[in-house]
Amino acid sequence: MVDFAQPENAFKPGLPGAAEPACRVVPKYSDQGEREGDWLEISMGPQHPSTHGVFRMDLVLEGETVIRLKPVFGYLHRNHEKIAEQTTYLSSMPYTDRLDYFCSMTNNWAYALAVEKLAGLQVPERAEYIRIITAELTRLQNHACLMGFLMQDLGAMGTPLMYAFREREKILDLFEALSGARMMCNYMRFGGCRIDLPPGWLEQTRRLVADFPRFLDEFEALLTGNEIVMARLQGVGALSRELAINAGISGPMLRASGVNYDIRKVDQYGIYNRFEFRVPLGAHGDCYDRFMLRLLEMRESLRILEPALKDIPSGPIIDARAKLRNFKPRPGEAYGRIEAPKGELGFYLVSDGSANPYRYRVRPPSLINLTILEDLCLGQKVADVVIILGSVDIVLGEVDR
Amino acid sequence: MTPWSTLLALAGDATGSWLAQLKNLATHPWVVNLVAMAVILGANAAFFAVITLLERKGLGRIQNRPGPNRAGPFGILQPAADGIKMITKEDIVPERADQLVHFLAPLVMLAPITLALAVLPYGPQLVAVNLDAGVLFFFAIGTAGELAAFMAGWSSRNKYSLLGAMRAIAQMISFELPLVLSTLVVIMMTGSMSLVEIVAGQGSAAWGLPGWNIFTPWGLAGFLIFLTAAAAESNRSPFDLPEGESEIIGGFMTEYSGFKYAVFFMAEYFGMFAVSGLGITLFLGGWHAPFPFLEWVPGIFWYVAKLVALVFGFIWIRGTLPRLRADQLMNFSWKFLMPLALLNFATAILWHATAGWQFPGAWLCRWLVCFGIVAGAFTGLGRAMLRRRQVGPRIYRYAS
Amino acid sequence: MPGFGIIKGLKETARNFFGSYHDPGRFVTIQYPEEKREHHENYRSFPFLVYDGDPVKGLRCVSCKICEKECPPQCIYIVPEQDGSGKLLKFPRIFDIDVSVCMGCQICVEVCPFDSIKMDQEFEVSTADRFGGLILNRSKLAKSNEYYHQIRPAEATAVDAQLAAERERQQAKAAAAKSPAPAAAATREKKP
Repeated sequence: MVDFAQPENAFKPGLPGAAEPACRVVPKYSDQGEREGDWLEISMGPQHPSTHGVFRMDLVLEGETVIRLKPVFGYLHRNHEKIAEQTTYLSSMPYTDRLDYFCSMTNNWAYALAVEKLAGLQVPERAEYIRIITAELTRLQNHACLMGFLMQDLGAMGTPLMYAFREREKILDLFEALSGARMMCNYMRFGGCRIDLPPGWLEQTRRLVADFPRFLDEFEALLTGNEIVMARLQGVGALSRELAINAGISGPMLRASGVNYDIRKVDQYGIYNRFEFRVPLGAHGDCYDRFMLRLLEMRESLRILEPALKDIPSGPIIDARAKLRNFKPRPGEAYGRIEAPKGELGFYLVSDGSANPYRYRVRPPSLINLTILEDLCLGQKVADVVIILGSVDIVLGEVDR
Repeated sequence: MTPWSTLLALAGDATGSWLAQLKNLATHPWVVNLVAMAVILGANAAFFAVITLLERKGLGRIQNRPGPNRAGPFGILQPAADGIKMITKEDIVPERADQLVHFLAPLVMLAPITLALAVLPYGPQLVAVNLDAGVLFFFAIGTAGELAAFMAGWSSRNKYSLLGAMRAIAQMISFELPLVLSTLVVIMMTGSMSLVEIVAGQGSAAWGLPGWNIFTPWGLAGFLIFLTAAAAESNRSPFDLPEGESEIIGGFMTEYSGFKYAVFFMAEYFGMFAVSGLGITLFLGGWHAPFPFLEWVPGIFWYVAKLVALVFGFIWIRGTLPRLRADQLMNFSWKFLMPLALLNFATAILWHATAGWQFPGAWLCRWLVCFGIVAGAFTGLGRAMLRRRQVGPRIYRYAS
Repeated sequence: MPGFGIIKGLKETARNFFGSYHDPGRFVTIQYPEEKREHHENYRSFPFLVYDGDPVKGLRCVSCKICEKECPPQCIYIVPEQDGSGKLLKFPRIFDIDVSVCMGCQICVEVCPFDSIKMDQEFEVSTADRFGGLILNRSKLAKSNEYYHQIRPAEATAVDAQLAAERERQQAKAAAAKSPAPAAAATREKKP
């Protein structure tokens, strides 16, 4: 376990963990200097079924072993950051939904947090509770779906994926009742939330939270003890603690490598300090740890949701000072970050006092977690590449922005 | 008789009546064989259509969705819709592909499997070709599938196809051994390689239990080994690596479309029917009814019922299990299934040697001893394998 | 025992297989064109313009262009009506929304100071004409307040009450302006 408060664990330049690749690439040459046999170069993607979107990996294979991997992305680049600098603060909010289109609520929250810091807005307590509830629901559905996708990459015919989607639909129904849209919620506003909870929503959510462990048990029975799943995931794509820290990995992937770093605990943004929850840690940093950690985190999310749904107070949902039209924060800069389901999601904003941000920058967890893909994949089989990619948990909308 | 004389018979002999000629013609080997071929092909094709629908429905229900239900009531016309779609689709051949081999591969895949289907006894009299060495013929002809897979993979000039073909060959060759070894036990105990005789040997019932081979310890172990190897031979999940769609897109079938793809698909299912049929014949008593008082039901019914049950088992497994990796597959075949299959030989010998035991409960005692050997070996080998790979459940800690 | 985990998984899928026949919690599929989901009142699809009474004259929109400015994908296009002398009137001559661009984010609804643009719940807007069919003009966008009440009863009632209160205040102010007392604050009400 790494405690970031200790100075010896602070960020060090270079990537010492990456010095030893999983396999050393030694080209085979015959006595005449000709290469023996051919390496197979494969362009995996952007139309590949398992690259989670339009992502490409240029692989060099020897037999089925990966000896080179070059990630190529940008196929989904939409100029998000520059567009946000051309429009008002509010107009960027719906675009943040489309970053990580599985977790629009947490994206909204991170952006709202940054703007609130910039403009000095106070979020009412009820809105904080609503934010925590929606964020943890988002975490539930993101992790469930991710595990389904991972199993799909393993070749499980979509059965776990369908179970995950079945539960996700119920959460999306709640989001629709709350915000009007299932995925592109656009729900949070600077200084609070857009509208109050509809009648009966809390009761429905409580029922969902009470039922959710049944799904988790089912998932666990189906997958965690399965010998094939264990054989496929354990020891594959191991990420060392040092490399994880030095490459800036965050989220469940970092914690799977044994680093105790959860922004909900570190920053205690919102009102997370009022809730009791534990941070599960992995010991091996391989795909199985990443997979299991998400399962355990879902159980912890339920532990946050139960008291949050019970204690939610009544009151206003938005700061009275928050202006919808003609919103111009004072000049300055702010960085708002949250523990999104995929890792540290941060928004860096610079205001020059006008209606548009002067600089708008997203710190996408998917992209930064993806940077070490080659280190994880070298020496593994080609079938493992898709699993490692799946266990990193990327959404190309966020990677390419 | 030569074709020429058949034609003469068709033209008619002036001395015989036309009815006699027709009877003569109907029992003519050429006609009989043609009819048998048509029946086998037609029945299997129809069964293929039913099974694809059943599979999609079953997988759907396993995944909590209804499956195809738009074409006709309950989607029963879905196979027809699939067929029409497949036939009318554009047949795309890569420009740089080896056109001839690319064209031949699906045919080479399908033809031997239909031949293998010909030697299976579907009922007391329902066997197209009663070969003395039926089992041998079955395996000999079955190996042509490997050639077809490689033809398809090589001629497509696609790297994914090539990878898939390599995987297919490695997998099929490795799993042929446990497959054959598990059947050898049956051949050894029955003393015949004729499938008809093997089925006949399983007819006698004792104490209300059918005399199927699966009710012996070596038969049970052999059946499980056979089933595992058969799933690998017919590229079924969890051994569907050659086409592992999440890794190498479609394997050797990547560059096939339209009807050629349908032929591959059909060959895969025919292969599944064939190996399942062989498993039924060898271990599940073939066309025999489970109990003597049910013998009045035609044998073909029992055969089909057992086949559907086995195929449904395959579907169930497909809906549950993820896929193995290529090297794990090899390990599993060579280091796990092979030793088990060899040990099963020893068990069968022990079973045979102790046949003379007369004391009360001797049968049960023999059964338990033999089964214990196989089960112990299964557990020990499996544990050792998982431990060597350091695979096992883990316990997670929480940050303080 | 090795293989036990696989058997446990098989048990789980078997339970789901049979559960899908009798447990509605497991079998959640809706056969879409025949049966449709009940949408919540908050559900939103694309914007429409609310009118009271007459579909053209009764539009609440005053063509202030705030929504045009705030719309993130810039899918709204407004041209105000002019009278004979070229003076801009508080009424849109052209109000187009390109639904192929609109992402249904509801920002226009939020920023509208006159409650004139609201989110529809009609989602089956597919058309064979990719260009013309997806541009909604003023007449296609205009929908009555009764329709608004029909799709969002609670919200529409609140909006009506708010508008009525606003009108009363305006009337009171107008009455105050007519009376000799100076009403300097009235100029503040001018819209951009």
